[in-house]
Amino acid sequence: MITIVDYGMGNLRNVLRACTEIGVKVSVTSDPALVRSALWLILPGVGAFGEAVRRIDDLGLRRPILEHAKAGRPLLGICLGMQLLFESSEESPGAAGLGLIAGRVMKLGRGVKVPHIGWNDVIPVSPTPLFPDPKEAPVTYFVHSFYAGIIPETVAVTEYGVRFSASVRKGNVYGVQFHPEKSQIAGLNLLRRFTLVKPAAWTT
Amino acid sequence: MLRKRIIPCLDLKDGKVVKGVKFIDLVSMGDPAAHALYYNNEGADELVILDITASHEARGTLVHVVEAVAENLFIPLTVGGGVRTTDDVRALLLAGADRVSLNTSAVSRPALISESAERFGTQCVVSAIDARRRDPSLPGWDVYVYGGRENTGKDAVEWAEEVEKRGAGEILLTSMDRDGTQIGYDCELLRAVTERVTIPIIASGGAGTMEHFAEAFADGGADAVLAASLFHTRSMTIRDLKSFLAKRGVPVR
Repeated sequence: MITIVDYGMGNLRNVLRACTEIGVKVSVTSDPALVRSALWLILPGVGAFGEAVRRIDDLGLRRPILEHAKAGRPLLGICLGMQLLFESSEESPGAAGLGLIAGRVMKLGRGVKVPHIGWNDVIPVSPTPLFPDPKEAPVTYFVHSFYAGIIPETVAVTEYGVRFSASVRKGNVYGVQFHPEKSQIAGLNLLRRFTLVKPAAWTT
Repeated sequence: MLRKRIIPCLDLKDGKVVKGVKFIDLVSMGDPAAHALYYNNEGADELVILDITASHEARGTLVHVVEAVAENLFIPLTVGGGVRTTDDVRALLLAGADRVSLNTSAVSRPALISESAERFGTQCVVSAIDARRRDPSLPGWDVYVYGGRENTGKDAVEWAEEVEKRGAGEILLTSMDRDGTQIGYDCELLRAVTERVTIPIIASGGAGTMEHFAEAFADGGADAVLAASLFHTRSMTIRDLKSFLAKRGVPVR
C-alpha cells in the first residue's frame, strides 16, 4: 500500500493512476494520522515551493513526513516534492523545506529556455534501487524551473544548461525531479522499483 | 539532451474530435479517449486537447472529457478552451491535465495568466496565441480570439513578450493562415517570436510533410511541433516522423 500525500497542490490523480497501473494499492490523504501510519509515502506536487511548505505546515504534515523518513520508511518526492526534501529554494526565500537533504534549490537559466519542458536523459551515477543498472539511462519527462545541484546524495544526473540532480537518495528518502507518472514505461518501471524498496534504518 | 517534442492535438467540439480548415468547416473525427490511447502508445511526447468552440459558445470546461482521456494516458496532457478563471484551471488540473492553455480570456484579462502562474506555477500555464498575418502591405501578425473569429488588433510578437512577463511557461503559437492548409509552418512567425522570448514555443498550423516539421525546428526555432488531422487520419505516423527527424539530426525521443 502506497500513500500519496495530498497537500492541495496539483494533480495527484495522475500519480494515483500510475500506481494503479502497476498494480499497487494506493490511498490519497491529507490526514497526519494516516501519513504517520503509511509504509510507502509519495510526496508529489507542482507549483511554488513557498506555497507548498505553507500548506504542509497548515495541515500539520511536516512532523509525520519527517518521522516517516527518519523511521527509514520509503519516501519518494516527485518534482516539487523532491525540491521540498531540501532546506530551502531560491524560488521562495525564507520558506523552510523539510531539510531531509542539505542544500538549496536554485533557479535554472544559464543560456537555456526556462521552464525546462520535455523529455531528457537521466544518467544514473551508480547502481541504486531506483536505477539498478547505470548503463540504462531512461528518457523521462521534465517540467520545472528550479533544480538541485550535484551533491553527495545525487544518484542520477540530467543536463540542461547545468548538470543537476535528476534523482537524489539518502537512505530510504528518494527524490526525482522528473515525472515518472508522465514518463511512459520508463516512469512506471521506476515507480515499481520504489514499491520494492524495503524499510530500513535512517542513516545520517 | 532535451528532445524536440511531437505533439498531436485533439480539437474538440461537443466532446468529439474535429478538424477545421482555417478554423472553420469542422469535420468530425471521433472519440477523444480512443485517439489519446493510440497516441500514448504511438510515441507522442505530449497530448494537447483544445475545445475550439468553447469560448464563443460560452460552454463550461472540459472536465469530463479530460477525465476520460487521462484514464489511459501516461504522457503529459495540456488542455485548453473556455478557461476563464483560476478555478477553471484547477478543475482541469484535478481532472488529469498537467498544463492548461489560456487564450481568449487571457487576452481580455491578462491578469489571468499571472494569477494562474502564481497559484499553480509557471510550468502549468501555456499561452495559446492565434496569429494571422496582416494585410500584405503591413508587417507583422495580429492576435485573434474567440476561435479565430475576432481580431484584437494586438501585435502577436508583443503579446508573446507580455505573456512571458506575466508568467506563461510556454507559448502554443498557431498560424491561422497556415492552419489546415498542409503547406508548412509559418517559420517567419515562429522566428519572430522565438527570437523575442526565452520560454519554449510549440509550433502549430500548416504541417503537411515531414520536411515541414524539420523546418519548424531548424528555421523556426520551435521547441515542439503540433499537428492534428495529419496524425488523426494516419496519413503520417509519429514513429515514421521521428525516424525521419532523427536522420536529419533533430533530437527526438
